Amino acid sequence: MSDNDPDRPDVGSGSTATALREDVPVAAPRPKEGSPVWTGVLVALGAVTVIGILVVVASLAGLWTPEFDWPSWLVSSVTAVEKFGLMFFAIILFVVVMSLILLAVDRARGVRNWMVALAFLAPMGLMLVFGLIYPGLRTMRESFFDRTSTNYVGFDNYATLFTEDIFQTVLRNTAIWVFIVPIVATLIGLVYAVLVDRTRFEALAKGLIFLPMAISMVGASIIWKFVYEYRPDQEGVEQIGLANQLLVWAGREPYQFLITSPLNTFFLIVVMIWIQSGFAMTVLSAAIKAIPDDIVEAARIDGVSGLGMFRYVTVPSIRPALVVVLTTISITTLKVFDIVRTMTGGNFNTSVVANEFYTQSFRQFNVGLGAALAVVLFVLVIPIVVYNVRQLRLSEDVR
Amino acid sequence: MAFRTRWRGAAAVTCGVGLSLVLAACGGGDDDGGDDDGDGAAAGDVDCSAYEQYGDLEGTQVTVYTSILPPEDAAHIASYEPFEECTGATIVYEGSAEFEAQIVVRVQSGNPPDIAYFPQPGLLQTVVRDTGAVLEATDAVVENTESYWSEEWKGYGSVDGTFYAAPLGANVKSFVWYSPAAFEEAGYEVPQTWDEMIELSDQIVADGGKPWCAGIGSGDATGWPATDWMEDVMLREHGPDVYDQWYTHEIPFNDPQVADVLERVGTILKNDDYVNGGLGDVTSIASTTFQDGGLPILQDQCWMHRQASFYQAQWPEGTDISEDGGEIFAFYLPPISEDFGRPVLGGAEFVAGFTDRPEVLAFQAFLSSPEWANSKAEVSPPGWVTANTELDASLLVSPIDQLSAEILADPETVFRFDASDLMPGEVGAGSFWTEMTNWIANDKPNQEVLDAIEASWP
Repeated sequence: MSDNDPDRPDVGSGSTATALREDVPVAAPRPKEGSPVWTGVLVALGAVTVIGILVVVASLAGLWTPEFDWPSWLVSSVTAVEKFGLMFFAIILFVVVMSLILLAVDRARGVRNWMVALAFLAPMGLMLVFGLIYPGLRTMRESFFDRTSTNYVGFDNYATLFTEDIFQTVLRNTAIWVFIVPIVATLIGLVYAVLVDRTRFEALAKGLIFLPMAISMVGASIIWKFVYEYRPDQEGVEQIGLANQLLVWAGREPYQFLITSPLNTFFLIVVMIWIQSGFAMTVLSAAIKAIPDDIVEAARIDGVSGLGMFRYVTVPSIRPALVVVLTTISITTLKVFDIVRTMTGGNFNTSVVANEFYTQSFRQFNVGLGAALAVVLFVLVIPIVVYNVRQLRLSEDVR
Repeated sequence: MAFRTRWRGAAAVTCGVGLSLVLAACGGGDDDGGDDDGDGAAAGDVDCSAYEQYGDLEGTQVTVYTSILPPEDAAHIASYEPFEECTGATIVYEGSAEFEAQIVVRVQSGNPPDIAYFPQPGLLQTVVRDTGAVLEATDAVVENTESYWSEEWKGYGSVDGTFYAAPLGANVKSFVWYSPAAFEEAGYEVPQTWDEMIELSDQIVADGGKPWCAGIGSGDATGWPATDWMEDVMLREHGPDVYDQWYTHEIPFNDPQVADVLERVGTILKNDDYVNGGLGDVTSIASTTFQDGGLPILQDQCWMHRQASFYQAQWPEGTDISEDGGEIFAFYLPPISEDFGRPVLGGAEFVAGFTDRPEVLAFQAFLSSPEWANSKAEVSPPGWVTANTELDASLLVSPIDQLSAEILADPETVFRFDASDLMPGEVGAGSFWTEMTNWIANDKPNQEVLDAIEASWP
């Protein structure tokens, strides 16, 4: 082909032109030339890991316990300087090891794709096994043993859980929490999101409702504990709790919000709803804004407005987000511990499963019963998580 | 240029973070112990001859883990100074509100403190039996305990016949706080018997007031003051022998004798006319913290508050604590019958060791010696006492502490240790507390409360 051939593609003088011209060979991709040094490093790292795992498994199984003279700053640091030093040491060690792994994988010879994937996933996988899977399995095992994990008792702990009064109250309270909090918080979040959508004070209003999420649950519990504080309606005694002050101004008797069961559970639930509504509103507001305008316009043209718009257009369109919010808040509610512990300590019939397994394990020293409660909680959470994951997969398929 | 500004930004952030970390590490250094000159004339001119037995411990460190928080911990830390000066060791003090739960966790995870102060012998029992990590007391400690404490104290620090822990500080619990000035003004007299006390209560009701105030709230430990009520009444109603049978579980918790006691406590604590002065009704006892329980006395809303000697620390600074026309004082909770003498309920901490380094053993011996008792008495604010008979009571600042010390050292006193602290942890620091709280807050029937506690006994 000559320069004047009309069939020659008009591609200017970029490097692609070089590739397209037939007489210049296309450069073959540079072969991965790995260096044997890095291969050696990789093999060494692998060997150390395998030996490490064997040592840990052996010592856990009680077969052999390594005895070294660890320096005291490493094993039992006491002063603040020592603790910070240890923290930096750990961080630097982690960085060094990860860098070695990643560099070695990149530059060693004969590295396959699966090796690269393994190199990235292995450290996290190991930590998950030690920090999540092993403790989880061990807890399940402990739930079948007695107080000090020495004698096998089968399903006795579970039988206690479902038959004794105290634990039936605990399970009942947990059920109340799990039914009420997600529904009410999501409802409040949804209505709020719809109401403030595209108004003048949108940013301010959203900030206000989201503020409770910025403080810890313990902080929120302390605030509400003061709100519910009780003082008698007597001469010379002032109310210090907001709720009781309002009651007294309205001419009624002050009320023991936290002590009178069963309503005290609902007053604790108010705190959780107060915290979680902000989360619900944020996610749902984003979902509402993502509703395509043409759907809304079409509905308007059809004569739908106000409540009808809400019911037939908004809610169905944000269904995936609604599900996410409901399931996330459910999982958070099942774990609630701080609110109950800070406000009532689990007394006055307000205890929930997460609080009770702490009490059983660490104050009653009944590890078996505590483990059984933890397993029950885990079993309760599984369906919610499964549903959540399925919804995610379905929504991904749609996309 | 962009490269340089990016690095500058990163460098600035790193320096800032590093600087703040360094400041935090150096600033919060009072747990490094011994590097402040302290509040003592004791620091400079201490007589080191009594400390020579501990040897030279220069450069060593001992960690102490306790449930004693600020502000009480300041006196403890200051009391170690003579030891630190004379031997060169450093004591690192750590107080935690979660002591009861954390000590077991720490021991089981292989990270125990060198020394721990157990506020309950029952908890000591649980830790010894469940973990076996507590070391037996050394000869020096045994000798000190046998010389300076009356004999039952050694029993309280023993588990299954082996002696582990010497007592540390103590408190007397059979006190009723009142206002001498208010009593004088109203013409009331300090009652000498239980019946007189009930008469006085009725008199106060007739005069239009509420005689008693109480608070049992205490976070995780809510309910413990109510157990003190039961113990005091048990000592007075059925005597020390039945008391011993009660906490050793020779009689069950729902025994009729225990039911009697609970009923008698109920005649005061669950009596709408008697409680809860200045704080509300009966259920407000459960919602009021123990620290706030006696304060209405200062506002003339309440007349009597049954609480231990350590309650002194709760009165606001400047309160006149004296017997003669003072704002606040305490009288001995009167006996019910003459058969049992003048029984006294009290508590204490016990010093258990987990490691056997020489400096740790030396420090343990020091804590059981009169040198520590007097060093602590010198630096303590009102509200502390010990049962060490070598304590020089004149060093104590408050008349209540001196009264407590007298009572503890008196061989005529029938002293009994707080029963809920002697029971196994699951009961004494668990169901006994929660069931008493239930009894008050939810009006749980007496028999059900006792049955529930009995069922939880391991």
